[in-house]
Amino acid sequence: MKPYLCILMICLIYAQAWSQADVQKRYQTKLIMAEDGSTIDLDQGTFTFTSTLSLQDKKRIVIRGKGVDKTVLSFKGQTDGAEGLRVSNGENIVIENLTVQDSKGDGIKTMNVKGITFRNVKVEWTGGPKAENGGYGLYPVQCDNVVIDQCTAIGASDAGIYVGQSRGIVVKNSKAHHNVAGIEIENSKNADVFDNEAYENTGGILVFDLPDLVQKQGGNVRVFNNYVHDNNLPNFAPAGNIVASVSDGTGLLILAANGVEVFNNRFIHNQSVNTGIISYLLTELPIKDKAYYPFSTAVSIHDNVYERKPGPASQRGRYGKLFEQILKGGQEVPNIIYDGIADPATFDKDGKPLADKRICIRNNKNQSLVNLDAGRGFKNVSLDAAAFDCQLAPLKATAVNAR
Amino acid sequence: MLANGMRTYLFGSLSVLVAWLTLVSWRTAAVPEKLSEYGFFTGKLADQQPAAGVVPYTLNTPLFSDYAEKLRFVKLPAGQAVAYNDTSVLNFPVGTTLIKTFYFSNDFRNPAKGRRLMETRLLVHQAEGWKAFDYVWNDEQTDAVLEVAGDTKMVRYIDAKGENRQHAYMIPNLNQCKGCHNRNEVMVPIGPSIRQLNGDLAYTGKKENQLAHWQRSGMLTGLPALSTCPKTPVWNKPETGSLNDRARAWLDINCAHCHNPNGPAMTSGLNLRISETDPTALGILKPPVAAGRGSGGHQFDIVPGKPDESILIYRLHSTDPGEMMPELGRKTVHTESLALLREWINAMK
Repeated sequence: MKPYLCILMICLIYAQAWSQADVQKRYQTKLIMAEDGSTIDLDQGTFTFTSTLSLQDKKRIVIRGKGVDKTVLSFKGQTDGAEGLRVSNGENIVIENLTVQDSKGDGIKTMNVKGITFRNVKVEWTGGPKAENGGYGLYPVQCDNVVIDQCTAIGASDAGIYVGQSRGIVVKNSKAHHNVAGIEIENSKNADVFDNEAYENTGGILVFDLPDLVQKQGGNVRVFNNYVHDNNLPNFAPAGNIVASVSDGTGLLILAANGVEVFNNRFIHNQSVNTGIISYLLTELPIKDKAYYPFSTAVSIHDNVYERKPGPASQRGRYGKLFEQILKGGQEVPNIIYDGIADPATFDKDGKPLADKRICIRNNKNQSLVNLDAGRGFKNVSLDAAAFDCQLAPLKATAVNAR
Repeated sequence: MLANGMRTYLFGSLSVLVAWLTLVSWRTAAVPEKLSEYGFFTGKLADQQPAAGVVPYTLNTPLFSDYAEKLRFVKLPAGQAVAYNDTSVLNFPVGTTLIKTFYFSNDFRNPAKGRRLMETRLLVHQAEGWKAFDYVWNDEQTDAVLEVAGDTKMVRYIDAKGENRQHAYMIPNLNQCKGCHNRNEVMVPIGPSIRQLNGDLAYTGKKENQLAHWQRSGMLTGLPALSTCPKTPVWNKPETGSLNDRARAWLDINCAHCHNPNGPAMTSGLNLRISETDPTALGILKPPVAAGRGSGGHQFDIVPGKPDESILIYRLHSTDPGEMMPELGRKTVHTESLALLREWINAMK
């Protein structure tokens, strides 16, 4: 009996001490002490943290809440660290069934993780779209085998769901709204983005390759079966970020990306650029990275559905004024915009584009397109789709072994 | 109702006990609970008088840590030395402990008025690699206790200008240690390189160059003539180096532990190592990648001649955790180093 009483006393003393202890310490200690292969179960309720929670150097960990909006990790009033939750240098990590709110910087950042799954996770800034909101909602960077499934991102001042400098990516069944960019795949190789809904962002889905980064070039990105609509939110990104140059009214924007297949999507009521294919040169930013390739090549846009309300493009971005100049009276803003800035090396000696580097646009419902010829001062702006009536070999699917 | 509450309480207590036992077993397995158990110091622990084999050292240009002052010591394994290399942090042998105590003087103008020790951080080179342990000083200043989850404490002092200061001081958790001490995801020391150690220190009253002292006492092998060793200037002493050299030295120790091609900030493409020669990698007219509102609305990390349009200055000036740099360990603005960096950018053409 005596040892039992002793244990009970210890229990009571520590229970009291711990109940008073800061929730920050309790959760952070759990994350630090977690054994490889373990599951960290988070309680139901809203928990407020003042500092980033971090997990590092762990394998086969599941961080599991009781459900979206049931387990809420709130970083309102955060004083330390730039992210809400941060995972680094791990393998096979799963984050599921929880909400992260109002982090000062990015919501959930995972870096150098081989195998990272976000499932049924919501990241949001609760005060509406604001420049003061954190940059990225879900933010895997330099990761392999990324799965983002049934997630929601709201209010990011850069991209709600952002995958950067990674390899092997599936983003599916997710929603992104009221962000500057809904979903962004940047400098990443082998990505499938499908069955998502991106709406009421500034830009719905972005596929970008940018200079000066460690992973230089992305590619083999498939965007299909997505519902991308009403992305007309005025851009609220802080100036200086590349995403601040995205015009409101953008459905899908492909910037300096190579090997992109876009099919079976619905691009509805994205009033400026339902779909755009542009070069980094159009941004007019300096390029000093000698290994950087600023052109978009091997892009295929087929079997999508386009709808656009009559009327001009947004006057806030650059396209409103541009269309005023180039479209004649009565001509509607086209659904697909190509800046026409192409790498001279992608043409043969007769000036014909190389078959495997072409921009191919065909078989889309309500297809209309403009080639801006921006590289030659918009001299030969053309609405003729014939030059793009071609087909590229389908890109290979990306399979990720998710836990 | 009562029974239910009691059951919840007992059940909660049991899980707490399990967690506590795990914690205790983990701690006792390898790591002393208190700083005093190591025997690094003689006499009163708070006096920080090193025991035999524990050698104080200093860096020419240290990391800014919210105006905390630091006492640094190294303890090499008995009979072993570290080999000279002039390109990176010294490769200390397994068994080495680096000891760093953070404190605030009550009055920066008069150290005799006492001080408050905040924490003592240990980097221990074990067979499987470097490990970090942080010991937080108690209010009585009698000992420091191991803390894995970090803490935040308020500090008060009179600064060098005679002004009363009060601010939060952050003690990192174990993961945050590696947030900075990280090279290719392996924990490493940051400070003690030849160039940083190449300066004088008062050893029990007698001033001596640290490298010469280390060599003389058998701690350092392969030291060439001192005049040929690289030397980091003291960032706030113009007589020790040019404006450019001092600014680069400050950026190297304050930023480059993350901002290097193998560090946690490699994804930004901004590299602030002292050895960096590519102007874009150094931030000159380089657009940001994932700065978010840390851009402060500016286009480039550094705009030559225009510190007020440079993101680097903006982020070093901010204390908002969503904008500021470094991301951790700074609650205050280091106005003195900002003045140096502004002057540096101003002078750029």
